[in-house]
Amino acid sequence: MDPVIQFFYGIPVLGLVFQFVGYIVDQLPTIAPIILGNATPIALAALCGVMCERSGVVNIGIEGIMIATAFVGWYVGVLVSPMFGARPDWIFGFSPALLIALAAAILTGMLISLLHAWLSITVKADQIISGTIINIAAFGLTGYLNTLISQTSPNGAGNFSRFRPPAEITQIPVVGWLFQMFLRQGPIAISLIVIVIAFQVLLFRSRWGLRTRAVGEHPRAAETVGIDVIWLRYRNVVFAGAFAALAGAYLSMEATNSFQQGMTTGRGFIGLAAMIVGRWTPVGAFGAALLFASSAALGYSIGGNPPPGQLGDLLSGVPGQVFDALPYLVTIVVLAGFIGRSVAPAADGQPYERESAH
Amino acid sequence: MRGITKRYPGVLANDSIDFDIRPGEIHALLGENGAGKTTLMNILYGLAVPDAGELLLDGQPVQIKSPHDAIRRGISMVHQHFMLVPVLSVADNILLGEEPMAGPIFLDQGGAHRRIRDLGSRFGWKVDPDQKVGSLSVGWQQRVEILKALYRNARILVLDEPTAVLTPQETAEIFSVLRSLRQEGYAIIFISHKLYEVLEIADRITVIRRGKVIGTRRPAETNEADLAEMMVGREVQLTVDRGESHPGDVVLRIRGLEVKDDRGQEAVRGIDLEVKAGEIVGVAGVAGNGQDELVEAIVGLRQPSGGHIELDGRDMTHAGARERHRLGVGFVPADRHRFGMVLSFPLTDNFILTDYYEPPFARGILRNDEAIEERAERGIKNYDIRTPSANVTGATLSGGNQQKVIVAREFEGEQRLLVLDQPTRGLDVGSIEFIHRQAIIKRNAGSAILLVSAELDEVLELSDRIVVMFRGAIVAVRDGRTADKNEIGRLMATGAEGRESGTPAA
Amino acid sequence: MTEKRASQVGGRLRGMLRDLWAAAALPLISIVLALIVGAVVILASELIVPGRPFDVTLPLAAYSALFTGSLGGLDPIVNTMRSAAPLVLGGLAVGLGFKAGLFNIGAQGQFLLGALGAVTVGIALNEASPFIAIPLSLLAGGLFGAAWGFVPGLLKAVSGAHEVVTTIMLNYVAGSTIAWAVSGPLDQPGSPSPITAQVGNAALPVLIGRNGHAGILLALVAAVVVGWLLYRTTRGFEIRTVGANPDAARYAGMQPRLIVVLTMSMAGLLAGLSGSIVVLGVTHHMTASFGTTVGFDSIAVALLGRSNPVGIIFAALLFGAMRAGAPLMQIQTLNLIPAELVDVVQATILLFLVAHAVIRRLLHLRGVAAGVEATDTITKSYSGEAVTH
Repeated sequence: MDPVIQFFYGIPVLGLVFQFVGYIVDQLPTIAPIILGNATPIALAALCGVMCERSGVVNIGIEGIMIATAFVGWYVGVLVSPMFGARPDWIFGFSPALLIALAAAILTGMLISLLHAWLSITVKADQIISGTIINIAAFGLTGYLNTLISQTSPNGAGNFSRFRPPAEITQIPVVGWLFQMFLRQGPIAISLIVIVIAFQVLLFRSRWGLRTRAVGEHPRAAETVGIDVIWLRYRNVVFAGAFAALAGAYLSMEATNSFQQGMTTGRGFIGLAAMIVGRWTPVGAFGAALLFASSAALGYSIGGNPPPGQLGDLLSGVPGQVFDALPYLVTIVVLAGFIGRSVAPAADGQPYERESAH
Repeated sequence: MRGITKRYPGVLANDSIDFDIRPGEIHALLGENGAGKTTLMNILYGLAVPDAGELLLDGQPVQIKSPHDAIRRGISMVHQHFMLVPVLSVADNILLGEEPMAGPIFLDQGGAHRRIRDLGSRFGWKVDPDQKVGSLSVGWQQRVEILKALYRNARILVLDEPTAVLTPQETAEIFSVLRSLRQEGYAIIFISHKLYEVLEIADRITVIRRGKVIGTRRPAETNEADLAEMMVGREVQLTVDRGESHPGDVVLRIRGLEVKDDRGQEAVRGIDLEVKAGEIVGVAGVAGNGQDELVEAIVGLRQPSGGHIELDGRDMTHAGARERHRLGVGFVPADRHRFGMVLSFPLTDNFILTDYYEPPFARGILRNDEAIEERAERGIKNYDIRTPSANVTGATLSGGNQQKVIVAREFEGEQRLLVLDQPTRGLDVGSIEFIHRQAIIKRNAGSAILLVSAELDEVLELSDRIVVMFRGAIVAVRDGRTADKNEIGRLMATGAEGRESGTPAA
Repeated sequence: MTEKRASQVGGRLRGMLRDLWAAAALPLISIVLALIVGAVVILASELIVPGRPFDVTLPLAAYSALFTGSLGGLDPIVNTMRSAAPLVLGGLAVGLGFKAGLFNIGAQGQFLLGALGAVTVGIALNEASPFIAIPLSLLAGGLFGAAWGFVPGLLKAVSGAHEVVTTIMLNYVAGSTIAWAVSGPLDQPGSPSPITAQVGNAALPVLIGRNGHAGILLALVAAVVVGWLLYRTTRGFEIRTVGANPDAARYAGMQPRLIVVLTMSMAGLLAGLSGSIVVLGVTHHMTASFGTTVGFDSIAVALLGRSNPVGIIFAALLFGAMRAGAPLMQIQTLNLIPAELVDVVQATILLFLVAHAVIRRLLHLRGVAAGVEATDTITKSYSGEAVTH
């Protein structure tokens, strides 16, 4: 070993830090795809939040939409896969059953969002309470149906498979792990990159984006220049449901091939934190999602493939639950640190009253 | 507009109103707050739907159901509270809703910027399309509003109280813009409750009162007193008799006060100010020149970053709001819904909002409901507050009665200092008169009063001394009885005498 | 004379009835509608699970089993009360937050930490006198819960981090903490799966029936204390003012930050006590799957009870009855209807409550109070805005 590095390893705490950095660099190619995979549902949830809140509607029902769509995607796959017999081996493992299931999940996500839109825009209910009720309802109903369906010993439709980038690309020195990260993924994770960039550009360069930002900041001003505030909010909230649906479908159709009760484990909420830390921009939210996801990926990595030597001894003494809790703790700390510098759209969460009272 | 009628729960806002406007004309709509001017214009602009009546454009009946319809027919409106999105740029604000497109999805921002610069140069304005509207001065924001209307090829321009937030100099400039627009054949509806302004600018003046048209006059045929009588319905005394003041000892002494605003910018820069017992000191200034921060620092809602505040010789620079209240500081806040009242609470609770922790309203840690009830009944009686009972919520009261509740609470007892921030904004004439008279009574009883108002007329009417604030500093002190309105206006606009305004201030 | 008196009394009685109807009508209508929706769900469920004859009367069978299991006799009634007691405490924890304009979704985590505190001290004192063991265990549970509420309160007061996000994160952290404690320091050696020792003498005494423990009484006392605090004390006035209008509270010389921290801590204390009475009164030990639904049921209880202590007691009794009756329903329908039906009905009740304006219009109800207490400030303070500047 390099004598200089060896020297640093000799100093107690600094040595551990060095070992840790070395471990991460060493593990990066392996955990990079895991990071993006973990970040995908968080980022999609965050994009759902950005689209709703940029137009002035707070949506904390994302978690509920995710669990419901995860269930619907999986269960529709269960129902339709017998109809299609042998499964053609298309790219990403696409099969008619899976595609129908995905479409059903997206439709479900948009329908639940429509309910939220109706409650918060038309009924003018408190939006956080509306979102909470959607969460409670989604968890209750999926729990009920899951218990019911487990009596029929269902067979799933399988899941989307990962793309395998050619070795020539992933072996490129220094940046190879990046290709590994972005390409060694299923279709939903890969499309996430496209969605983030397109959403960012549209939000700041298109007519829809300008109107959305205006409605979220000052809806009355938007209305006085002829923009239909209510309709725009409805459209955004319902369309945002598709993002949350993709997040849910990712969990039950891409990351796994089954549904478990409560499998979203708070990722919809972490997505909201990512949205805040990312200052309500798609790219920022994606970056924050990557940050939150890395803490979880690190936990897996240390659990599954512990670093050698002193550091390994130290980490093996840490209970596994600490790593389980890590993403949540990181979220709290980052949120508390960022929030003062991150400003929400001015009309966020306020129902819009169309006509002035005098 | 013919026979326009509009009802709201409990009010007939417009009662078969006829109103017309011709190209190349400025037609003023004059009336008190709440007379129905804004409702009428909201109907014209599609923000409200009339219960009866019809709109005719070029002789043809038209239906205007939304602002979109109005814009399409060439009607544009400059609202009293600007309809601008602060975080968006000037260009984005102007083209919002009428976006020029480069292709099916993306905006043509280059073309829009050019057009906006050209429009501005018609009036000699150098417009920066990329600047954020939130960083513009009020005068410039109004220019953006006018550009917004012209960008939409408006033929009819409605201006709702356009001068309410402007200095006399900015007002003069807006008037010259309006005159040149009239020359170009625009039809302009000018809404105001300021008599001298409509006499100066309008070709015709229509007065409405309680939702009804009282009459239409030409400026040459009428005068202020005539219009005032039409507007209020009786001969009005235009000013309260403030009487003689007999200032005593200094109550409030401010030395070198510095205060930062929410964004950490220096909003008050080293102010020295004294208010004596038995005098009213008025603070004149264009909104946003540090008055809010000054007031909040004096009443203890904001920590100063430098300097000293003394009350009766005691340092209270870092005292909290409660401690100051106990030392005899009363405060009527500008935003009564935000600060002054809890709208969802009954009046009883609102009457004790600042004293709830003290006997007789508290006994130890418990509330004393009997004393609280008694306090509310007394306030309602003494201040003539119109309410069915003391147990209805604050939200059910009219604005004037809500303000009376706050005044009744804050004027109670022997206050050393009263801070009145925009005490009559948005109130009816009766309530304004009542509150002005109460302020004079408190002054004569020996309270020191600091009055902050964006209405220069109010400051001139009540103050024994006037200080002018400009960019966080006091730039002039004048005697309240001899102050010249135009001079004060110039000081408000420029911070110095003689120099002309016109730069977009941050 | 007497006639006039009688008509006065009658008038007052009518007035009281009118007030009662105004407060209770909407929750009652929501409950009935939700039961109808539940029946539809049951019928649809029969279609999902094949191989059984379709039975139109199954909803009735399910509901009658639910009723028998919760109210049919002394034991079921005591069971209902036993299920309701932690919901009363949890509902108070959420409702108190609502009154201060805070949305305490963290009742679940505070509940878990409270149970952990109580079980830890309870095990340590399992051979001490009950007069020492029980109060100290309850105290520990309350304090652990309070600490778990204090953290998001402090974060909100200092940095403005919205409690909705931070408390939910802390719920998951609480879950990990329980899993660690039960499988680590508190694990009883020799047991096949992680489980703690018994609390022994720290167990709450049984007061009624076979298992009506003293925690039921504690919950009722807590409701009275919270009601007294909110409406009779100046501190309660401060809490309500901060909740209704934080700016006005600051203007009135109150300290919203302090109130936020205090309220969240008190809410945590209540939720912690809720966990404590479950572990000391019902399970007497703890496993990793301890009490998974109480925290979220508490939100439903607070909403249905309109954050009012009396309303919370009634709402908790309703949901407690459903929880108590659900196992019998599952058994009597031969496992066709899972106990989770209760979750569905509960969520549907809330949906109808939130859509109260629509229901009122549809049913032409007048003079009926809103379904959900006005909680404007919850969404208003969402993300970014610190409590005060």
